[in-house]
Amino acid sequence: MSFISNLINGLSLGSMYALIALGYTMVYGIAKMLNFAHGDVIMVGAFTMFTAAATLKFSPAISIIAGIIVCTLLGVIIEKIAYKPLRKASPLTVLITAIGVSYFLQSLALLIFGSNQKSFPMLFNFEPIRVNEDLILKSDSLMTMGVTILIMVALTLFINKTKTGRAMLAVSEDKGAAELMGVNVNKTISITFAIGSSLAAVAGLFFGLTYGFIGPYTGAMPGIKAFVAAVLGGIGNIPGAMLGGILLGVIENLSKAYISTELSDAIVFAVLIIVLLVKPTGLMGKKINEKV
Amino acid sequence: MAMLRVENLEVFYGVIRAIKGVSFEVNEGEVIALIGANGAGKTTILHTITGLIQPHAGKIEFEGHDLVKTPAYKIVQMGMAHVPEGRRIFQQLTVLENLRLGAFTRKSNSEIQASLKRVYRSFPRLEERKNQVAGTLSGGEQQMLAMGRALMSDPKIILMDEPSKGISPLIVMEIFNMIREISSGGTTVLLVEQNAKKALEISNRAYVLETGKIALEGNAEELMNNENVKKAYLGE
Ligand SMILES: Nc1ncnc2c1ncn2[C@@H]1O[C@H](COP(=O)(O)OP(=O)(O)OP(=O)(O)O)[C@@H](O)[C@H]1O
Ligand SMILES: [Mg+2]
Repeated sequence: MSFISNLINGLSLGSMYALIALGYTMVYGIAKMLNFAHGDVIMVGAFTMFTAAATLKFSPAISIIAGIIVCTLLGVIIEKIAYKPLRKASPLTVLITAIGVSYFLQSLALLIFGSNQKSFPMLFNFEPIRVNEDLILKSDSLMTMGVTILIMVALTLFINKTKTGRAMLAVSEDKGAAELMGVNVNKTISITFAIGSSLAAVAGLFFGLTYGFIGPYTGAMPGIKAFVAAVLGGIGNIPGAMLGGILLGVIENLSKAYISTELSDAIVFAVLIIVLLVKPTGLMGKKINEKV
Repeated sequence: MAMLRVENLEVFYGVIRAIKGVSFEVNEGEVIALIGANGAGKTTILHTITGLIQPHAGKIEFEGHDLVKTPAYKIVQMGMAHVPEGRRIFQQLTVLENLRLGAFTRKSNSEIQASLKRVYRSFPRLEERKNQVAGTLSGGEQQMLAMGRALMSDPKIILMDEPSKGISPLIVMEIFNMIREISSGGTTVLLVEQNAKKALEISNRAYVLETGKIALEGNAEELMNNENVKKAYLGE
């Protein structure tokens, strides 16, 4: 394969990481917690689309929308039931709860769908695009990138131009001060979980389409990689998550292609460690301002 | 009837009783000073009024509404603004974005624009720096921004927590003039200060808080001439 196609596949993988990393980073920024169940929401999204399309024979569009709706609701429900009662608890308590939620979702999927991998329905008919003899582009990679770019633009506009977006920025900086402005902090946190989870559903779709198979643990590894991406970019920072995700995907794919498949994950984590040694706040993370 | 009435307020931090049965009133149009030393409980009282802290017991009534049961984010809409201790402006947002957040609960764009004009007229520096990231403002400018942000909600009453803290004398003058101006514009003011002299100069009545209790109350002139107050708070 040519360098260009390796790069494009890396960008496509990175787009997927970026979509997931956005959920981690937004929730961290606003609720100041690591939602380790976020990766499993991807899996729930993929299984919902699988059930809707393969079992219930719904159209691709309806199956995708169903996956997004289920994940959005799931995100909001997880926050309400598992995390909201712990708003004042120690970060460790919240972290352990998040890990519990993650196991819960995995076990639930195991119970319903069994441990065998399921073949993900091909919701679209992808024809590879042949540019010339050496350069054949996979159209699903192009779609993944295109949709991710659209989502990022929309999200950036939403956060910077709408009142709800501003409220999110305010809450992420100072919950108490945001409340004094009349911002409903609980509602803002719910909206953040909803957005993050709907993006995870989209990532679940791309994951299913790219790899063709899904299982109860499908979300675990991309979840961890996306978390790494969020930290790489600077946890809590939205452009950072986008950059971190894309960088990670490219590094992973190029390592696989030119160094070694087995070592690619090690290289990814080595990059993280080096970046954090040089810049502990991540690539785009801001220094926390000292309170006067 | 008082605009704001606090009755037998009790606030605990864990097992520590920080506010021990405090009662006071603010009438419409007044400037009320709440003075006291470090740790007396002034900030705790303001936070409890605006709903950031839940009291253990006691009543807080604003224009007849029970504030204890009202979530913090709804209190602004009722016409109460709070300039918190340490200013707590949104450092990563611009001056204008901060001011807009101050008007978060308001719907009418033309009214918001009118308030913005008023704030800029009172604090021309904020207009000059409207696109500057707020974290890079000087301490005095940040205090002006915190006050401007509170005014953007067009409040009936404004609670201010030590607006003079850590600010150079010249700017302190400017800020106290602003408080006077806010008051003469018809907004009621509850002012928390350690700078007792300045606070008493611009207020109608005052309460002196000592370790979670009201130790003294009266009109500002009386208190300024009170021997105990002179010794303990006016440094005379
Ligand atoms: N979050 C908290 N947890 C435990 N104790 C607290 C907390 N906040 C304040 N206190 C205690 O409650 C008491 C009142 O504090 P408060 O901040 O209300 O005082 P203050 O009058 O505003 O003081 P200052 O003038 O220094 O701002 C103090 O003894 C303080 O140590
Ligand atoms: Mg205080």
